[in-house]
Amino acid sequence: MPEYSWPAPEKRRIMGRRTNRIDGFVKASGRAKYAYDIKRPGMLYGAIVTCPYAHARIRSIDTSAAEKMKGVAAVHIFDGSAPGTEVQWAGFEIVAVAAESEELARDAARAVKVDYEVLPHFVREADLTKAAAYSKPAAEQITGDPDQAFKEADVISEGLYGTPVVCHLTWEAHGQVIEWKGDQLEYWPTTQALSSIGPELAKALAIPPANVHVMQDHMGIGYGSKFSPDRWGIACAKIAKQTGRPVKLFLPRDVEQQIAGNRPSHFAQIRLAAKKDGTITGWESRSWSTGGTTGGGMPPIPYVYTNIPNQRKNHTAVRVNAAPQRAWRAPNHPQACYLTCCAIDDLAAKLGMDPLEVFKKNADYTARPEVYRWQLDKAAELIGWKKLWHLRGDKTPGRIKRGLGVAVNTWGGAGHLSNCRCNIHPDGTVELELGSQDLGTGTRTVIAMVAAETLGLPLGAVRVKIGDNRYPFSGTSGGSTTVGGVSSSTRKATVNALEKLFERVAPKLGTTPDQLEAANGQIQVKGNPKKALAWKAACKLLGSEKISEMGQNDPKNPMGLNTGNVGGVQMADVSVDTETGIIRMNRLVVVQDCGLIINPKTAESQCYGAAHLSICAALYEERIMDEITGRMLNPNIEFYKVAGNPDIGEIIVHLDIRPEHDKRGVIGLGEPPVIAGIAAIGNAVTNAIGVRIPFVPMTPDKVLGALERRSA
Amino acid sequence: MSSVKEPTDVTPKPKGRFSRRGFMRGVSVGSGALGTGLLPREVLAAPAAALAGPGPVPVTLTVNGKDHKLSLEPRVTLLDALRNHLDYTGAKRVCDRGTCGACTVLLDGKAVYACNILAIDAQGKNIQTIEGLAAGPQPDPLIRAFVNNDGLQCGFCTPGLVMAAKAFLAENPNPTPEQVRRGFGGNLCRCGSYNGIRRAILEAAKPAQGGQNA
Repeated sequence: MPEYSWPAPEKRRIMGRRTNRIDGFVKASGRAKYAYDIKRPGMLYGAIVTCPYAHARIRSIDTSAAEKMKGVAAVHIFDGSAPGTEVQWAGFEIVAVAAESEELARDAARAVKVDYEVLPHFVREADLTKAAAYSKPAAEQITGDPDQAFKEADVISEGLYGTPVVCHLTWEAHGQVIEWKGDQLEYWPTTQALSSIGPELAKALAIPPANVHVMQDHMGIGYGSKFSPDRWGIACAKIAKQTGRPVKLFLPRDVEQQIAGNRPSHFAQIRLAAKKDGTITGWESRSWSTGGTTGGGMPPIPYVYTNIPNQRKNHTAVRVNAAPQRAWRAPNHPQACYLTCCAIDDLAAKLGMDPLEVFKKNADYTARPEVYRWQLDKAAELIGWKKLWHLRGDKTPGRIKRGLGVAVNTWGGAGHLSNCRCNIHPDGTVELELGSQDLGTGTRTVIAMVAAETLGLPLGAVRVKIGDNRYPFSGTSGGSTTVGGVSSSTRKATVNALEKLFERVAPKLGTTPDQLEAANGQIQVKGNPKKALAWKAACKLLGSEKISEMGQNDPKNPMGLNTGNVGGVQMADVSVDTETGIIRMNRLVVVQDCGLIINPKTAESQCYGAAHLSICAALYEERIMDEITGRMLNPNIEFYKVAGNPDIGEIIVHLDIRPEHDKRGVIGLGEPPVIAGIAAIGNAVTNAIGVRIPFVPMTPDKVLGALERRSA
Repeated sequence: MSSVKEPTDVTPKPKGRFSRRGFMRGVSVGSGALGTGLLPREVLAAPAAALAGPGPVPVTLTVNGKDHKLSLEPRVTLLDALRNHLDYTGAKRVCDRGTCGACTVLLDGKAVYACNILAIDAQGKNIQTIEGLAAGPQPDPLIRAFVNNDGLQCGFCTPGLVMAAKAFLAENPNPTPEQVRRGFGGNLCRCGSYNGIRRAILEAAKPAQGGQNA
């Protein structure tokens, strides 16, 4: 069995170096082609007609006027949208049209007449007392003896907390270009599932999976919403078939925000029981959530502090007339973190203790107490906790109040099933082929780094070929599983290919293959760089035949190359203007363990981006539903607010790469840093103004409302 | 109606002159709605266009110094003309209503949202797109600076950001970090690459120091 394990840290030449992403130039220069940029000869443009009502029955669909319009090539009623269908959310797809230009397609969509019987709807779940008819309570969960724990508690704290539904808001909208060539389908989706989206579309179209050719060089964000071909993909394929022409169909922004992905809300009334010294002795929660028409499940609470004894948990799923939830970067974790870490912070305030001490004191309830205690101290050091933290409510004079807050996270992130093929050509060219995708995380770059490291070549000497489902199967990019998967499969494929090359080179150097190593652009006898063949000369020995070797990461046996389970701590420093209610981010500190880091530069970017999303969710983002019309009020980017450059303050990232983490192997970093920021900011605002704002986003009206309640 | 981006000059206005945008910037509200206001004098100054359409009309667009003769309906935006009728796909459609800046191009040197300008109104003007900045043996230093500082992740907003940064640096050749942090607010990045973007702009402002892979 070849030796696959990672080189020791001191022996790495490329892995661990801050490296520019290899597709950075093509992206920054505008040359990168995304699915949204694909233009095919004779291509038709699509537009869709959606239901404007949150709950309705389709009585009739009249497409005759649209069909007669100049430049219109097809009018297609979506499968599952025939008259008689009961529609459960606004934005539901009814008809797709295709025309010679986008403008004509939109005209045609407007000419489609759909008659509805409007039915009663329910869209706002934040107030559980008004949701009775739409609620489904789950069975109570009890561990230990919560009644006794609360009876014996020195202190009981109680609070209400909530996070609303937010959208994925992928910058590149959902959609695709599809072109048939005979019975073969050319498919340019924007997807996190390059290797598995083809078979899914094939199944919907009842064609062999091998007939679908999927291509995607770049994609403009998924965040968990882009795994499926979706109804618009199937409709696009059918229209392309019907017209015999390529069709481009992308969702307009308003439809995108209504139906193409959202993260479920989570609300909870929480009680904590504790001893005077801050030891938590009991947990009670009554939570509720919605993820659309199916309601929402219980978040994983208590979060991180899973082993708090004596728990009583009740959860109610609330069904609303809105499009179904999709996985959202770290599904359910940011919400669970907010509920739990805010409750612990409120307990600390009630005890008159520093929350940092309470988080540390109870760390034995977590799966990795030492990691969290170390990270809490590290984050405290970076933010200046000792100097800046104060008891709840900034007592300094003036209208600007400053505060600090803390929260913790956890995630899995072990590598997915991934296959890599490494080709070494007689001319020395190296190719790595994987049916994977780069979401902007830097996947291409880490593949190149691992391959170059293994083969002893410079980074530029290896070619990474991903984004085509004719390459070996690699898993979907979800749950932070990609980097562990592709780095491990690439390591194995390159080690295997190198062994083959050693077999050819060994006789030439008068030794045996096991005595060879690849280093500094040559194949050499171990420890003897003078007895060597340059890479090209070595590859020339292959004659006319290339080496083509596979490597697989088997999630059941990652062989130490990758693993899961990480911890992280975030601390926020905010200033609140108590006259305007505006919160300003000063700093957000991100401390995260993440195993062996292949590219610190892109790893840090993941943390910066995740911290930014937390700021968005804490201060700005919310899907606002109108009770009367049942529609989303802000399906656009001017009223569905996200943070811009001036809003995010300073983000300080510390990757915890101590040797004990490095030796665990590669761990995904997409989700972990996106979890704790919302709670940390919530706790910082509470620390600043002395009163809890239960529901994020903490918009100025909520800040002023909370201040008024405090004064009353 | 055309929308023009906020001026990138962040130096304080003379006292006594009240500016709505200055006020907004001063209170530092989320830039989603307020970072990208219309500039009233630009709107008022727009010439009254002769009636055209509704069918296709001849349109000539000068993109990166090259004339393109097209036949477009008057309602076609500059962005859609560039993307659908030509092959300049660097400018992206994200919000499609002048909020996010992913479609930013330069019109006679000024950064504009191409989704908020009709193609017919862009005639006779020098339209610069990211493709122009990247062309030739010496791509604009900003592009390299974005790569060096990892001022991008998915990259979908990046061409627009580079163009906005180009205009920002034209007006502020030597910005301070604080000016970049507070004054560069007309473009949104969903991946949250602002840290790298800030560093990239500062690096590009100092071409003498050059980029480095660090």
